[in-house]
Amino acid sequence: MQLELIGITILWTFLYGYLIVASIDFGAGFFSYYSLLTRQEHIINGVINRYLSPVWEVTNVFLVFFFVGIVGFFPDTAYYYGTALLLPGGIALLLLSIRGSFYAFANYGARKSRTYLFLYGMTGLFIPASLSTVLTISEGGFIEKRGEEVHFLPWELLTSPYSWAVVLLAIVSVLFISASFLTYYAFKAGDKKAMEVLRTYALSWSGPTILSSLFVFAALSQHNMQHFENMFGLAWMFLLSLVCFLGAIILIWRRRALGWSFVLVMLQFAFAFYGYGISHMPYLLYPYVTVQSALTHSTMGWALVISFIAGLLLLIPSLFLLMRLFLFSAKYVRGEPK
Amino acid sequence: MDPATLSRILTAETLAFHIIWATIGVGVPIFICIAEGWGIYKKDPHYILMARRWTRGFVITVAVGVVTGTSIGLMLSLLWPQFMQLVGHLISLPLFLETFAFFFEAIFLGIYLYTWDRFKKPVYHWLTSIPIIIGSSLSAVFITTVNAFMNTPAGFEMTKEGELTNLRPLEAMFNPAAPSKIAHVLSSAYVTCAFLLAAIAAYHLLKGKRNVYFKKAIKLTMVSGLVMALLTAVAGDLSGKFLAEHVPEKLAAAEWHFETQKEAPLILGGYLDENQEVQGAIKIPFALSILGKGHPNAEITGLNEFPEDERPPLYIHYLFDGMVAIGTYLILISALFLILLWRKKKAAWNPWILRGILIGAPLSFAAIEMGWIYAEVGRQPWIIRGIMKVEHAATTADHVGVLLFLFSLLYIALAVIATSVLIRLFRNNSPEQELEERGIIL
Ligand code: HDD
Ligand code: HEM
Ligand code: HEM
Repeated sequence: MQLELIGITILWTFLYGYLIVASIDFGAGFFSYYSLLTRQEHIINGVINRYLSPVWEVTNVFLVFFFVGIVGFFPDTAYYYGTALLLPGGIALLLLSIRGSFYAFANYGARKSRTYLFLYGMTGLFIPASLSTVLTISEGGFIEKRGEEVHFLPWELLTSPYSWAVVLLAIVSVLFISASFLTYYAFKAGDKKAMEVLRTYALSWSGPTILSSLFVFAALSQHNMQHFENMFGLAWMFLLSLVCFLGAIILIWRRRALGWSFVLVMLQFAFAFYGYGISHMPYLLYPYVTVQSALTHSTMGWALVISFIAGLLLLIPSLFLLMRLFLFSAKYVRGEPK
Repeated sequence: MDPATLSRILTAETLAFHIIWATIGVGVPIFICIAEGWGIYKKDPHYILMARRWTRGFVITVAVGVVTGTSIGLMLSLLWPQFMQLVGHLISLPLFLETFAFFFEAIFLGIYLYTWDRFKKPVYHWLTSIPIIIGSSLSAVFITTVNAFMNTPAGFEMTKEGELTNLRPLEAMFNPAAPSKIAHVLSSAYVTCAFLLAAIAAYHLLKGKRNVYFKKAIKLTMVSGLVMALLTAVAGDLSGKFLAEHVPEKLAAAEWHFETQKEAPLILGGYLDENQEVQGAIKIPFALSILGKGHPNAEITGLNEFPEDERPPLYIHYLFDGMVAIGTYLILISALFLILLWRKKKAAWNPWILRGILIGAPLSFAAIEMGWIYAEVGRQPWIIRGIMKVEHAATTADHVGVLLFLFSLLYIALAVIATSVLIRLFRNNSPEQELEERGIIL
């Protein structure tokens, strides 16, 4: 395979990983706060905390990996996006910082504070919104090159229906992914009550997920026709995504095989995410930066690939251990004393 | 202010803040591991409790380390796009490897935290602390190589048009500055954390607590503290030798050493008058030649050899002096304490000794800050020495000021809240209470 394809595949895969694990985390924060408002927190918070506490730092590293990796493989993106995204990027960063630290303060600190939980819950919705605009911007039309200088056009972004469609999809998917995972987790914990609450969350966010993704398609056809047509060529991926979605909903509805239903949700997003990614190729930033034009020197590129493989050899067993201890350990999940 | 100046302030502020938590992140796991290991070996629950309590505080500081680290990581692209574009070609390897180190650390930290009583044999739990140490120390190693590269870029050739060719990523990573810098950064992080943890125990003893728990904590951290303080001084000496050979202008600026000469004296303190003459300083004959080249007769390059616009600001002299003074102090106080202890003198627990240990903690953090500011400001006007100047690397975007304002607020808030959370965490749950709850007999 060519270097640029290897590079972008690695990065896209990590971004997908981030999409899943971060969605679970973001959504959990929101549900946690929402349940506090609706006085159901005693039902679901135990489940949420047991899952989140050991893994939140891991989630953050997925994101760090992505932005370090993209600058490594495609250094030109640092120049274009770096210059253009100062303000939106800075704000996303601010939100991430607030979220991460307040999670720790609320959970490892001495007492639960409503303010901390509020900050933690609300940032969970704003972060995906602001991060997703990076994908929007990559479609072109929001960054302009005048001479040698790169300019960001915030007004165009704020008034674009496409941009808002993506934001909506991001938020809704976060809630859907999170709820369907937590339903499964509560089921494993044998916590019937929590499972019922979370199941209704999952079901109620499923409709909006599909509606908003249709909305994104429609808006994209207005915004970037070429990309839309590419996507059309990959229609089978998006159809498979839809099939997985329907399968997941049926299983959740019938309270059957909840583990598999979450696998289906992951596949639903995998098909859609990779379909989107493939049809986006070769552009990293339409129309200025492509994976070929931005690629680093090949020595560095291969050095990164090799270190990536070495890194995976280290990570996969460790992640496996983490999952075995916290995800697939029935005792831990149930919160039993050891 | 122009974007470049604002970017510098924001970068410096973020790093100066990150380094506090990062240092704790690098150093404290070692001590957690030592305490737990020693406790298991000696079957002494005091040490296990120590490891538990340190871990509990550690998570909070890690959280701040992680969020500020994420900030600086992304900010490098946002504030220094040209720098990252260039560096992306050359030095992204260690940055990339660093994320694996983070991953490794994050995974095992999660495991370590939530498996205290889950394994049948305590040794298994102790074993999971090793990857945390490896992960955090390696992340410091990798990031330090990046910083070292900025001081002594290597591993490439530059054509006349400014194109980079013939890249050798490993050589860029293990550039000439890397070995001494890594040694010094790691050892200084360890010594700082030894004093941090010792200071907490000293504080409690000074407050009149009598529990042996605190005495054991001080003994453990001071023994390792002395070792690390000596290592730090050795590594600092190596850094000085490195500078004399590869970055002479930085050493010369720090030492107010203007004329190239043999038998160069080391200048402590003092000030510069209008004629750039050193006044009121203590001069140690030959010492600079020894620090720089290891020989009293060696020649040390002076600052006047460099073009005026490539000389770093001269105030870094005080930072260097401060760091060295503190380094000396840390060695002295820990040695004094250990000698008294070894001679079985009651005086080891004298309040003045305890106070001396107590202020070692803020002083070592001050030394870390001074050392970094010296290292960074001493590189001015270069962002990558000899290749790219700072003003050519900064973003051209507006609004840096807004971000500077917002992030300053964030750091203030984080500092205040993290401290109060930590205080509350430990005050509500004193070691005596815990010892009793866990049924540990005194
Ligand atoms: C507890 C902290 C601490 C202590 C006690 C010392 N240092 Fe230090 N020093 C650092 C913490 C530090 C640091 C934060 O780790 C720096 C900043 C950048 C770096 O590479 O390490 C540093 C940099 C630094 C440099 C510049 C390296 C460069 O720019 O490439 C030199 C020459 C020294 N140190 C020398 C010394 C000497 C001779 C000491 C005598 C005991 C000493 N340091 C004590
Ligand atoms: C590996 C670590 C580090 C890297 C890669 C790094 C990188 C940078 C960069 C890109 C700048 C802006 C350009 C410049 O002014 O030279 C800078 C400046 C600065 N950094 Fe660092 N830095 C590191 C560690 C630190 C730490 C830990 C501190 C403080 C404790 C620090 C203090 C400063 C200061 C004070 C400046 C401003 C210098 C000036 O503008 O006069 N740096 N650094
Ligand atoms: C330009 C300079 C730097 C960058 C870009 C940077 C980047 C980062 C990032 C992204 C994280 C969060 C990783 C996570 O999500 O777990 C982090 C944390 C950390 N950083 Fe930095 N860092 C810099 C300077 C330093 C320095 C100078 C040191 C040590 C001497 C250091 C040591 C650490 C450690 C040990 C952590 C792990 C957090 C913890 O366990 O407390 N970093 N850094």
